[in-house]
Amino acid sequence: METLKKEKAASTEQGTIKISGAEAIIHCLLAEGVDLIYGYPGGAIMPLYDELYKFQDKLTHILTRHEQGATHAAQGYARVTGQVGVAVATSGPGATNLVTGLADAQIDSTPMVCITGQVPRQLLGSDAFQETDIIGISTPVTKWNCQVTKASDIPEVLAKAFYIARSGRPGPVLVDITKNAQFEEFNFSYEHCKGVRSYNPYPKPNLKSIEIAAELINAAKKPLIVFGQGVILGEAEEQLKALVEKAGVPAAWTILGLSALDTEHPLNVGMVGMHGNYGPNLLTNECDVLIAIGMRFDDRVTGSLDTYAKQAKIIHFDIDPAEINKNVKADVAVLGDAKETLSLLLPLVNANKHESWHNEFKEKYKIEFDQVIKNDVYPTKEKLTMAEVIEEINIASGQKAIIVSDVGQHQMIACRYAKFKQTKSNVTSGGLGTMGFALPAAIGAKMGAMDREVVAIIGDGGYQMTIQELGTIFQNKTPVKIVVLNNDHLGMVRQWQELFFESRYASTVMTNPDFVKIAEGYHIQSRRVSEREDLKAAVQEMLASKDAYFLEVKVEKEDNVFPMIPSGASVSDIRLK
Amino acid sequence: MEKKWFTISVYSENSVGLLNRISGIFLKRHINIESLNVSKSEIENVSKFTIVVYTTNEWVNNIVGQIEKQIEVIKAFYHTDEETIYQESALFKIASSLLFDERNIQNIIKESNSQIVTVSRDYFVLAKTGRRNEIDDMYQQLKPYGIMQFVRSGRISVSKAEMQISALLKEFNQ
Repeated sequence: METLKKEKAASTEQGTIKISGAEAIIHCLLAEGVDLIYGYPGGAIMPLYDELYKFQDKLTHILTRHEQGATHAAQGYARVTGQVGVAVATSGPGATNLVTGLADAQIDSTPMVCITGQVPRQLLGSDAFQETDIIGISTPVTKWNCQVTKASDIPEVLAKAFYIARSGRPGPVLVDITKNAQFEEFNFSYEHCKGVRSYNPYPKPNLKSIEIAAELINAAKKPLIVFGQGVILGEAEEQLKALVEKAGVPAAWTILGLSALDTEHPLNVGMVGMHGNYGPNLLTNECDVLIAIGMRFDDRVTGSLDTYAKQAKIIHFDIDPAEINKNVKADVAVLGDAKETLSLLLPLVNANKHESWHNEFKEKYKIEFDQVIKNDVYPTKEKLTMAEVIEEINIASGQKAIIVSDVGQHQMIACRYAKFKQTKSNVTSGGLGTMGFALPAAIGAKMGAMDREVVAIIGDGGYQMTIQELGTIFQNKTPVKIVVLNNDHLGMVRQWQELFFESRYASTVMTNPDFVKIAEGYHIQSRRVSEREDLKAAVQEMLASKDAYFLEVKVEKEDNVFPMIPSGASVSDIRLK
Repeated sequence: MEKKWFTISVYSENSVGLLNRISGIFLKRHINIESLNVSKSEIENVSKFTIVVYTTNEWVNNIVGQIEKQIEVIKAFYHTDEETIYQESALFKIASSLLFDERNIQNIIKESNSQIVTVSRDYFVLAKTGRRNEIDDMYQQLKPYGIMQFVRSGRISVSKAEMQISALLKEFNQ
């Protein structure tokens, strides 16, 4: 802003700054602390791109190979930094290509602002070239959206967009800006948004409900914590750890809560949900108090609601009032930011150990280890398993890497077996289950955490949904490590066909190209492994590389992921085989 | 779960696109909007949606939570019929000749407490305000004589209990 003022002041009469709407967008982004955006140009957004050209020393634009890639990259960036990710696209097909990323960010509460160009104001409603009603289309998949048709509205709308995207329960916002508004000149000034009167992002915690929650926790004999992404979004990792340790409560995570608590913490009992760990799933139906923190009781977590934790008192901590009693009725609801509510709860909680209750988790883990984990991670069969690849990455990275997984069997395996010491380290498409998420998300994650190793774990199916983003990696020399766990199948669908559709393998066999050659075409160092004896060295070589690296691992084609709660079954019906 | 009639009252900013956002919440859950009315409210520059649905307590609770979550919604409430005072309005367009040829029409007008809004050579228009069943009764009575046009408004309602809306806005402004 200061440089802008200096540059412009001389050319204006009373020191007011007259600039184009397009230039105003840049200054708004800079004022919001944005220095990196993802996008793809086109007709209706060209005035903005012209300004991006002029401001390239202050604002880096990464050209992805598809607008969907821009959204996932922005999401990956947002997930590892906690900042708002920004994606830009043109009108029409550019805008519609954002929809999957918006829906993904909406269901996974990822702060993102998408800016789309739109046909000029006077052409709206005329079915002009590349005109589409992106406001109508994106309404169900955005936290907020808004069309701007005159330049002077740009600063206020963008300020509001960033405020809404990052505050409370975060989410995606789309701002659609007509081309005439980008060209028009106006007197620019910028004020950060400090509040919207109809929007209350941080409900005030009710002390009474926190006291009742503490009483329940103190009286519990078999308490269980299930934590979700709310802990990460609220930066409440320390408070969670303190609660777990003080009250001696075993803690399990949802797929998006993963990495909020060290995976090897003695009280971390693993993952809940469809392919989660045996103990926490089974014991959900034996605990007496279930403490849900920043999670939303997704059906993949609960299985059948009719038989979910019916014996337990439910305490639900969440920032979003609409989540309370949505799926599971809470006996005590504590509204508010997790950091704030847990901080208030901590002093009221008694120190405890619950040793025999812990032992139940240990016993269950032993059963799961003998029947599932051992064979997954230390297989004796000939073909490689997905889990042993993840384990090699754990070892070679010292459990310090950010793991970005796609969707399917490899995702469940990655989430089950990847080890994390640091928060914001697990990036995956949890709620929407977007195949094709990982490669572009890994680009964003790497750019958001250049000092950390970023490893994308992708299946052969999802990889080919956004494989063109190898071009983005090549052009920007982004040192992302890409691991494709290739079983030549759409593995998870194949697994369901085997278990629930009498092995009728409809359209799940993939005839795949030579992935190594494709990577080579983008001048990305690459290697294929199909023998166990080569795996360790290959993973080490990949992680030692300073540049991007592609590793294809040929794994067993017909492995299934277990444990598994069949769709619609109870958590206590979890199957080990 | 038992289904009931609920009146949802939504106080919101007057913004383009909000109706689309709100109707989408019903669409996603396959819940039909039985009637919808949007008007100004008792607070300056604040709009009020009055939406009637026939559903379960669980669903209306879920829907109101989702509505209230929308950025431009200030507050949403739901009430059962017993908790509100509510009315609907209807207009009947009827051939003028009937007014003279059918004596019973005049009785219907009197007994239904409806008003004649306009009379012309060809037609006259009756306005009726009341409960849904009163309007339905009147419709059934007039139907045999021929109704040229009929229209009924969405429900409008006020709650018996106070809706804590002004206090909320005051709190924000402080």
